[in-house]
Amino acid sequence: MADTWTIDSVRTALTTNKVSARELADEFFGRIRARNPELNAFLALSPERAYAQAAKIDASVAAGQPLPLLAGVPIAIKDVISTRGVKTTCGSKILENYIPPYDATAVERLEAAGAVVLGKTNCDEFAMGSSNENSAYGAVRNPEATDRVPGGSSGGSAAAVAAGLAVAALGTDTGGSIRQPGALCGVPAMMGSYGRVSRYGLIAFASSLDRIGPLATNVRDVAAILQVIAGRDPNDSTSTTELVPDYGAELDKPVKGLRLGIPKEYFGAGMDEGVRKKVEAGIAIFRKLGCELVEIAMPHTDYAIATYYVIATAEASSNLARYDGVRYGLRVDDPTLLGMYRKTRGAGFGPEVKRRIVLGTYVLSAGYWDAYYLKGQKVRALIAQDFRDAFTKVDAIITPTSPVPAFRLGERTNDPLQMYLADIYTVTGSLAGVPGISIPCGKVCGKLPVGLQIFGPAFGEARVLQLAHAFEQAGGATV
Amino acid sequence: MKISRADVVRVAELAYLDLSEDELEMYRAQIDEILEYIGKLNQLDTSAVEPMAQVLADCQTTDSTLRDDVIVPCQTTGEILRQAPDPAPPYFRAPKVIER
Repeated sequence: MADTWTIDSVRTALTTNKVSARELADEFFGRIRARNPELNAFLALSPERAYAQAAKIDASVAAGQPLPLLAGVPIAIKDVISTRGVKTTCGSKILENYIPPYDATAVERLEAAGAVVLGKTNCDEFAMGSSNENSAYGAVRNPEATDRVPGGSSGGSAAAVAAGLAVAALGTDTGGSIRQPGALCGVPAMMGSYGRVSRYGLIAFASSLDRIGPLATNVRDVAAILQVIAGRDPNDSTSTTELVPDYGAELDKPVKGLRLGIPKEYFGAGMDEGVRKKVEAGIAIFRKLGCELVEIAMPHTDYAIATYYVIATAEASSNLARYDGVRYGLRVDDPTLLGMYRKTRGAGFGPEVKRRIVLGTYVLSAGYWDAYYLKGQKVRALIAQDFRDAFTKVDAIITPTSPVPAFRLGERTNDPLQMYLADIYTVTGSLAGVPGISIPCGKVCGKLPVGLQIFGPAFGEARVLQLAHAFEQAGGATV
Repeated sequence: MKISRADVVRVAELAYLDLSEDELEMYRAQIDEILEYIGKLNQLDTSAVEPMAQVLADCQTTDSTLRDDVIVPCQTTGEILRQAPDPAPPYFRAPKVIER
């Protein structure tokens, strides 16, 4: 069998009877058994569900029926996304035995399109982290260099795709959690516009920022997954009624003449020299493709991390109030109700989650709300305005995804502020609500992937995907 | 110093979060450093800026506030209650809140 499967190659193999959906599921579960003990990318597998779906696809093939878009495609789902009957822990001890009674809309849509759900992928606890080291179930290892982190928080999803343990995966992005692990593991990874994909069934971290999006081995597959999961869902009032274009049809349009903004604020101090060289070489590819490069200013970029860690922690402290030991998850007994709450939450949450709950509660508390939370919301407006201003001059914005390649496990765990600063190039787009993709842009030290990030205007996913596809076809991954 | 030990104790109370002595000191020092960093937001004059609470305009989610309030049956009550730490169907049981 082929080493790297894509959505296209799965379809071809199924329709020409080279392989059945069942055999394909066998193949992927075999790969997971072989590789997961080392990588720790999967927390739970769902063979029952996968084989039931595979049997349906094989019956369709046998009956000569038309196959849906993702027929037989083995996919992985980040463990903050609800899956009916399959344990969903959010990488947390507080949900160690939680089995959702319903599916997230994104999962339901993937299965309706024929995808085969293999299992749930490891992540930082409640998606809070940039290295996957905050999972209560152990860190994930980067398949490209197993002494290093895969990035986070969707580290398990990125590692699973990079190691060939799934054809594609769903991740979630609040401040960079799809794009940064995509960059560090060397796979295309996309966050659509805020409101593009339903979040029904996504276990909330920061509701004004959280988004679901795809990781895959190539841009065409990213586009196909986004196509399936995008669009209005009556179960999520923040999903929009904006029409979903045919992303696949847009991919091959020429990029010649498009104006690309290069914001100088994204190439400042703190950036690894190797990463800088690769991203500059990546930008040169766009020039060769006939794009016009324009230097732009995004003056509030330097305030994005501070803004993000006020808003995201404030929202998290509110969203995580629901874990109280009453209806589901862990309970630590105490004769009083408040004692039970305190003990349950103290025992169930890990260090990073507690840190963010304390910080978030503080910035929302009486006397500090104005100085921190309201101030954060105002600076957020300025950052969003930077993007709107830029998109009056350019069609897309090109930046690095992460200032550094994958770092060693344990290297940054003792300094939370340093860890937060790793999100410097991704949080801006999160705050502004615009779509962004990270695509592989060469490697440093011979093995560590570098990511190039493309931002588009709100609901400009087609443009972002078109540029990413052109870059990939022009050999961007080996620049 | 931006945040005192007493502040952390108070905030942990508000968040119903048990913290050990070691955690209290560790979080105080780390959050102090983070708040120091966040202080850079004060370099910006935002007196004329409207706060941004969310991303979407109302026109993008036309029915967001207009869904009819219709009662639909819940088919998963049993499944949900089986997950509860202390179920007493059809209720969740919790420690006593009000002393008689």
